[in-house]
Amino acid sequence: MQLMSSIEKENAKNTGMDHFDVGDMVEVHVWIVEGEKRRVQIFSGLITRIKHGRGVRGTFTVRRIVSGLGVERIFPFHCPNIEKVEITRYGKTRRSKLYYLRDRIGKEALKVKELIGGRRKRQEAEKGSSEKKVKKRGKKAKAERKKRLEAEGKAAPKKKGKKKKGKGKKA
Amino acid sequence: MLTELIGKKLQMTQVWKESGEIVPVTVLQAGPCQVVQVKTEETKDGYRAVQLGFEDKKTSKGTLGKNMSKAEKGHFAKSKVDPKRLVQEVPLPEGTSLKSGDTVTVEIFKECSHVDVTGTTKGRGFQGVIKRHDFSRGPKSHGSKHYRGPGSTGQHQGMSKVRKGKHMPGHYGSEQVTTMHLEVVKVEAERNLLYVKGAVPGPSGSYLKIRKSILS
Repeated sequence: MQLMSSIEKENAKNTGMDHFDVGDMVEVHVWIVEGEKRRVQIFSGLITRIKHGRGVRGTFTVRRIVSGLGVERIFPFHCPNIEKVEITRYGKTRRSKLYYLRDRIGKEALKVKELIGGRRKRQEAEKGSSEKKVKKRGKKAKAERKKRLEAEGKAAPKKKGKKKKGKGKKA
Repeated sequence: MLTELIGKKLQMTQVWKESGEIVPVTVLQAGPCQVVQVKTEETKDGYRAVQLGFEDKKTSKGTLGKNMSKAEKGHFAKSKVDPKRLVQEVPLPEGTSLKSGDTVTVEIFKECSHVDVTGTTKGRGFQGVIKRHDFSRGPKSHGSKHYRGPGSTGQHQGMSKVRKGKHMPGHYGSEQVTTMHLEVVKVEAERNLLYVKGAVPGPSGSYLKIRKSILS
């Protein structure tokens, strides 16, 4: 069955689909066919559920209010028609399925607490400059970093440490 | 080229078409099979067929052919093939020559659009007529007491006995079933995988016989 899981992984072709979670306001960019033309349509709303995991069989549901009427659209994670998913607002929820929002009307309809730290902080740091990247700790990560730097032909960061030590002695 | 192969059901999953459609597929491990015996008009059998062996018969320690009778071991030794878990006979078409020890892979299905898959269905035990023979149920209310029973089994006068073959409750499942004309979605020669559209009989991990569809 190990073979099966690797087969399923190969078929899950959309990458970069694991940044969003339940409670986020998103814009889903979907390719649609109009006669002979193909164009991107945006469906924006709140993610109210993630079902069957994030593999080939996984789906997520986006809920939005259209002229006072709730509309839910279910997207498979790995549908080739999905161009990308953009987060417009990070949400923090205490449930994995936001079915309770279906009973809400008006302003409250898609109200979810905003997420400040955690996943948002990490993703925003990744988007920002690479210097801000959090260094992975541990022997394995260190060895990998060293290997990568050597492959790039840059000096290993070990020297930095030595210099610092020297400075210390002088002072 | 042979038209039949022994395989194994792995699992159902889904794959995507370029257009964004989902195709429900069953992934089959088809082969590789080794030829254990060849039967032709010249041999004493008098008809054309090959005996295919599938999966080495190994213990968890890797010893081959343990718990096998001397006769069986001798049969494999004769053709210089490792002892196999499953041995099945398939027809040998005219103009195809194979010798014992040859390997047959999933590539025989490369140019075929549809396959038939034979397997043993999941056992369901003793079942009533509704599940077993698709009878309809009686009303649950309005004073009815006829819920899931088989109903009348025959006449009173004249016939005055139950006809043979009357659909009755009994054992259901664990029988050989062939699912015909399944579309071949993909053939992966490297890993001996065959993707067919739709379901095949039996649980995951059960052995199957796969042949080029006789309907196409």
